[in-house]
Amino acid sequence: MGSILFFLSILAIIATWWLSRQGLASKPWLEQGEAAALPNLSVRSAAPATIGLRVFLAVVGSFFALFISAYSMRMQLPDWRTLPLPPILWLNTIMLVLSSIALHGAMVAVRRGERNELKISLIAAGVAALAFLSGQLVAWQQLAGEGYRLTANPANDFFYVLTGAHGLHLLGGLVALARTTEKAWRVPATEHLRLPVELCATYWHFLLLLWLVLLSIWTGWAGEIIDICRQLLT
Amino acid sequence: MAVALILVLVAVGSVVFHLVSPWWWTPIASNWRYIDNTIIITFWITGAVFVAVILFMAYCVYRFRHQAGRQAHYEPENKRLEWWLTIVTGVGVAAMLAPGLFVWQQFITVPDDATDIEVFGQQWQWSFRLPGPDGQLATSDTRLISPDNPLGLNRDDPKSHDDVVIEGGELHLPVNRPIKALLRSPDVLHNFYVPEMRAKMDLVPGQISYIWFTPTRTGTFEILCAELCGVGHPQMRGKVIVQEESEYQAWLQEKVATSFARLTPDTRNGAVVPD
Amino acid sequence: MVDVPLGSAGVVAAPDVEDVELYHPHSWVTKYVFSQDAKVIAIQYSFVALSVGLIALVLSWLMRLQLGFPGVFSFIDANAYYQFITMHGMMMVVYVLTALFLGGFGNYLIPLMVGARDMVFPYVNMLSFWVYFLAVLILVASFFIPGGPTGAGWTLYPPQAITTGTPGGQDWGIILMLMSLMVFIIGFTMGGLNYVVTVLQARARGMTLMRMPLTVWGIFTASFMALLAFPALFVGAVMMLFDRVLGTSFFMPAMVEMGQPLDRNGGSPLLFQHLFWFFGHPEVYIVALPAFGIVSDLISTHARRNIFGYRMMVWALLAIGALSFIVWAHHMYVSGMNPYFGFFFATTTLIIAVPTAIKVYNWILTLWRGDIHLNVPMLFALAFIVTFVNGGLTGLFLGNVVVDVPLSDTMFVVAHFHMVMGVAPILVIFGAIYHWYPKVTGRMLNDALGKLHFWVTFLGAYAIFFPMHYLGLMGIPRRYHDIADMAFVPPSAHTLNAFITIVALIVGAAQLAFVFNLFWSLRHGRNSGGNPWRATTLEWQTPETPPPHGNWGNDLPVVYRWAYDYSVPGADQDFLPQNQPGPSRAAPGAGHG
Repeated sequence: MGSILFFLSILAIIATWWLSRQGLASKPWLEQGEAAALPNLSVRSAAPATIGLRVFLAVVGSFFALFISAYSMRMQLPDWRTLPLPPILWLNTIMLVLSSIALHGAMVAVRRGERNELKISLIAAGVAALAFLSGQLVAWQQLAGEGYRLTANPANDFFYVLTGAHGLHLLGGLVALARTTEKAWRVPATEHLRLPVELCATYWHFLLLLWLVLLSIWTGWAGEIIDICRQLLT
Repeated sequence: MAVALILVLVAVGSVVFHLVSPWWWTPIASNWRYIDNTIIITFWITGAVFVAVILFMAYCVYRFRHQAGRQAHYEPENKRLEWWLTIVTGVGVAAMLAPGLFVWQQFITVPDDATDIEVFGQQWQWSFRLPGPDGQLATSDTRLISPDNPLGLNRDDPKSHDDVVIEGGELHLPVNRPIKALLRSPDVLHNFYVPEMRAKMDLVPGQISYIWFTPTRTGTFEILCAELCGVGHPQMRGKVIVQEESEYQAWLQEKVATSFARLTPDTRNGAVVPD
Repeated sequence: MVDVPLGSAGVVAAPDVEDVELYHPHSWVTKYVFSQDAKVIAIQYSFVALSVGLIALVLSWLMRLQLGFPGVFSFIDANAYYQFITMHGMMMVVYVLTALFLGGFGNYLIPLMVGARDMVFPYVNMLSFWVYFLAVLILVASFFIPGGPTGAGWTLYPPQAITTGTPGGQDWGIILMLMSLMVFIIGFTMGGLNYVVTVLQARARGMTLMRMPLTVWGIFTASFMALLAFPALFVGAVMMLFDRVLGTSFFMPAMVEMGQPLDRNGGSPLLFQHLFWFFGHPEVYIVALPAFGIVSDLISTHARRNIFGYRMMVWALLAIGALSFIVWAHHMYVSGMNPYFGFFFATTTLIIAVPTAIKVYNWILTLWRGDIHLNVPMLFALAFIVTFVNGGLTGLFLGNVVVDVPLSDTMFVVAHFHMVMGVAPILVIFGAIYHWYPKVTGRMLNDALGKLHFWVTFLGAYAIFFPMHYLGLMGIPRRYHDIADMAFVPPSAHTLNAFITIVALIVGAAQLAFVFNLFWSLRHGRNSGGNPWRATTLEWQTPETPPPHGNWGNDLPVVYRWAYDYSVPGADQDFLPQNQPGPSRAAPGAGHG
């Protein structure tokens, strides 16, 4: 359960930092008036949807952290046989990176009010994400073709389930992206597009990060990094 | 008034029930008297807190019940009082935790002279395996289970030749000798539980768990399964018969003579540990 | 009247909440069925949850009949018995308590108490209820399929949960259970995002965190915990579903079932237990923290006194919430996990007793020198303290690793968790319903019926579960369909079991008085007015009762003080609503009223 506890401690640090600015040590019964003595509640400046997405990402993060915990507990058992990563995963990774970059471009474009750049970036991001998803399907096919089927070994099970869960999250994101793209044609004022584009970009960057974490676990880099950290500590 | 009285009755009634009720733990038959002692300490501390809290509440309800002209006292907090209560609580908790951890250390440290036996639970019966004259158990594997090898013993293991297998029967143990029970299940979770021995542990398919205890008095005690294992769960019973050393040896000789337990490589999986 | 902030720096935060545009329903269906009004959603949630609660109550009757009078009711065979305990447990913990506290009270109280017009994402909020309703339907459907619902126990431990020796293990029962849980979690996540973000983003002007009533603090913390803990159950459910349907070996070890080897290898049953309890332990506090919050407000209001040590109460809530994520394996002391974990988890578990004890002290210190009105909500709050203290203290037995060894998996555990997370939170729910019913309907619940309901429920529940501890101490295991032939069990224990059953039937029947009261008072209850309890918090200050969609009329409320200005010296009445400017507090030392 190391990875979920690690993830939760990061959340705990963020929560502590945030709470420390909320005057939790103040004595509310001594303070009257419409505002207590709290300097700049900057958190209010964000839109509810932005905060909502961040909380949602914490939930998704906790979901994957738990899956990774289960993975690392299960892999210690003797029947574990690591499966080879299909090379197409690297191409898929590039696609996901491109998709993320395109959305970042969309965000810059919407801030500058450049409608055409925005449209192009959104389309590019969508296409790259679709390419990623199809690539994942190809990877599944290749693996299954080589005999690494589901149920043959827990390592395969985890690979299919984790890629599947990641893919489903991306698919959900694509729905939001499609609606945003459609708005880019329909809504006249670019200010109204700013929020949805930013939300999509945040979500995409998160899924990219998540994908890199998963990839590092499958390639064994994560294990090596942990080992190095352990050695540094001892 | 009535409310305060009933609250007092609840507190006093609980204490009286505790003292006079006929329902109490079974007379102990193992070395785990320490566990009973820790429970007694915990009863004293928690009982005192329970009575104090409820009586205090009853007093408040009586003394500060609404009456014409009463106004509540205004006092948002009292730091000193709260810190004192916190410290006292901390001390009380430590007074329960410390003996608990101390006894737990003993509970998981098996003495060197303990005899290994195997408790094998399956849906829904208990089987046992005792080491023969060599005093050692052979390795085993779930995949080796077959009609003529019901416990899946490794027959290539030389230690298997004298192992005594007792299927669905009674477990005989010598009195005053520490026993390390290795717990194994071929199907679902079970739990080896003898109320008089106080000890208890799950049998987990795919790994071998253990407990140890020393029976301290002779007699027959019931073995229960304490982990839900399907519809037959309540019927999964067995018996431990604790005997004097001489009687036990006589029984064991007879069993060795009639037993043909034969036994292969082992995959004793370690417990899964969270990383 | 201009108010001068008395804060240390005197800095006034800028007005920061923009009024929001609400969705306006156009038809009966969008107003009452697919409503986006948090208050309607709250009532929908509560109604469904209470209905599920009644089903679960009937199931508990059936179990008790078997335990009290074994063999008399032939239709309760072992199969049916295990199905009843499983459904009773899962329904009560997840579909009743979680849904009622967060979906019901959360939806009704959060927007009103923080001074918002509605939840921040009303559409998602509506979806949340309907997804929850779907989860309930899937769960209840399992009663009507071949093989019936799963009988794996609410903990659903594999391999047992998905093998033939368990009711529903190789039928649809376990599949429907897992699917229902997954749907529930998806629905809850939608709701939970709303509860958290509404508290973060939609508080009225002046409503700083430290001015929030403890009810909001409790629900807020619990929602956050639930958002992070439920994924563990989701992950466990996904993996078990794969094991059951596709034949993977996440949890399934090499095993021989009924003499037949199964085609599985190397899976780890303990892995599921870790995942389950990583959800399961926070779940206890997900139910407890809203109850803590609500009971704080009930006690404070009806004792006419500020909650004693408000700051400590908030810190304790947060501490409990954080600690509850690192105690999960105390459910697994005898599970065969690495025994050295026992040291760590026993220590963390007993540490959590300290902030919990602080909360209890502060509740009873609030009563001290109060002006206690013993009306029905207050009675329930007092009964909560009795049962919660009782159940919390027996938790110190079970948390203390070596003491847990003889007691775990016995009736002691059953008695403990029913006292602490069954009876105690449900008493709070009742108290809260008696307290807020006037706001929801504009009418009071009948007092005489309420008192009858209270005394039978409180004393009855205590008489059920307090003696039950001693059956466990004796060694009677839980989840036994029949204990008739146990050598060490004296005949008196069977008498006690019969007694418990009879009391359980009576307590159950008393709930009918409550249900009757809910419906009868809707028409015949005394008119309550807007603020019958003379309470300070915002929900009692709405211009109309019951509050319409949008809650606040033309202007959002502005908050001038914390939630507990009761019996302030120098004030002309014994409560100052949060949205009332002035009068400035009398200087310290000023005489009483």
